[in-house]
Amino acid sequence: MKKAYLDNAATTPLLPEVLEAMLPYLREAYGNPQSLHEWGDEAREGIEEARSQVAALIGARPEEIIFTGSGSEANNFAIKSLAQAQQSKGKHVVISAIEHFSVLHSAKTLEKWGFEVTTVPVDGYGLADPEAVAGSLREDTILVSVMHANGEVGTIEPIASIAKVAKGTGALFHTDAVASAGTIPVDVAELGVDALSLAANQFYGPKGVGALWLKKGTRIIPFLDGGVQEGGRRAGTEDVPGIVGMGKAAELAQQDMTSRIEQFSALRDRLIEGLSSKIEHTILTGHPTQRLPGNASFCIEFIEGEAMLMLLSSKGVAASSGSACTSRALKASHVLTAMGIPPELAQGSLLFTLGLNNSDEDVDYVLDVLPPIVDRLRQMSPLYAKFIKEQGGGR
Amino acid sequence: MPIYSEKVMEHFMNPRNVGEIENPDGVGEVGNPVCGDMMTFYIRVDNNHLSDVKFKTFGCGAAIAVSSIVSEMAMGKTLEEARRITPALVAEELEGLPKNKYHCSNLGAQALNKAIDDYLKKQGKEVKSKRRRKDEKE
Repeated sequence: MKKAYLDNAATTPLLPEVLEAMLPYLREAYGNPQSLHEWGDEAREGIEEARSQVAALIGARPEEIIFTGSGSEANNFAIKSLAQAQQSKGKHVVISAIEHFSVLHSAKTLEKWGFEVTTVPVDGYGLADPEAVAGSLREDTILVSVMHANGEVGTIEPIASIAKVAKGTGALFHTDAVASAGTIPVDVAELGVDALSLAANQFYGPKGVGALWLKKGTRIIPFLDGGVQEGGRRAGTEDVPGIVGMGKAAELAQQDMTSRIEQFSALRDRLIEGLSSKIEHTILTGHPTQRLPGNASFCIEFIEGEAMLMLLSSKGVAASSGSACTSRALKASHVLTAMGIPPELAQGSLLFTLGLNNSDEDVDYVLDVLPPIVDRLRQMSPLYAKFIKEQGGGR
Repeated sequence: MPIYSEKVMEHFMNPRNVGEIENPDGVGEVGNPVCGDMMTFYIRVDNNHLSDVKFKTFGCGAAIAVSSIVSEMAMGKTLEEARRITPALVAEELEGLPKNKYHCSNLGAQALNKAIDDYLKKQGKEVKSKRRRKDEKE
């Protein structure tokens, strides 16, 4: 059976070149980077090269990169540890309503610690409004965090404008660039931010490695206490192969970015156009143009996402959904909810994320197998039956 | 490891008794699209037996499999027997359900019971509402 993986937002596969770069550090170059001998030197060199590669990807200095265990860790680190470091100046933090759980839940933890958190809304496209952020700022606002791009609906936020507003009051600005870094150009100076999170497995690097970029001179509380690793801010023996892999993946992402964007956008547009014309009562979620190159996200009316995923999976297609039924908590995606999408429509959420592993053939295959799946579930759906009755007859 | 049992997958992939009954003797609708799942059961009653059971479901794989197995379990049963189809029995018949999908088995049993209530009401008979009220709280 044909297989098509269109779930690159969950994780991208590891590129063979990245694996090759990692292998020596899983074999002979096994030293601890903190050791003062040849083995240590070799491992340290690997890490420092990776630091330069990751820094180059986002226009930063190598010494400003702190490697972490994931993008989620980088977000936890930024939100909790920056807030703690700034708390003598104030205890107010601003985030957007569509942040990743690693930001949202970190902000909830801050509330438990006595901080105040304001959540700014987004519009129907998932865009945060710089004016709304401006309106939420107070004298005691110490940190603002708005994501660079949302992986679920693909919307790219106007971070440079938002950061400018926030910086005007002296608050620090963090952006979660996990969905965007390595995919679209990210330059920390152009964005005008103080801290930025990224993750290797979003750009063909390994899982379990991320990084927090922190502008030189920005005070932060250590996230893990222990040794002197990562400038004493994130203790624990470094994941050398993982970090080396992240570095190699960053180098390749930077080198191939233009061609990748072109390739992914073409696939995305083919899927969006095909699906919208082949399946009635479908809406594209997220912004039509300010959108990640590989993101094709929809809500398919009258049916539920998990059922679609299961039938797609039976045809060898991997996709994802923000429906309540697909979440452990049985709650519709907070992103779709924040965009004003009603719960019954959010139930029909279906997300395809395209990447290097995909071709036109994959897209055409999805366009072949999905319409009968949607039809079949609609024939089973009491909502669709009601809709048809209200329309006065069948199709 | 798949999250669903083979039996759930089998009923999801090949659901039995999907559809509506024209001029049904009873209809039971539970859930709503806002909470995620919605099931409508249609029954035909002959001589106190369920001679036909059909359903329409908006929901996840578990919700569809539950509807299918409930329709199968109820088919041909007397009303009293059909009343004894509990969520636990439904889950057991499906060889288990993930914990967070248990509510789907409640919905299936509820929808069938509501359809029976509807039939009894139309017949001018007393509805055994004790169970129904308990179910609706869930």
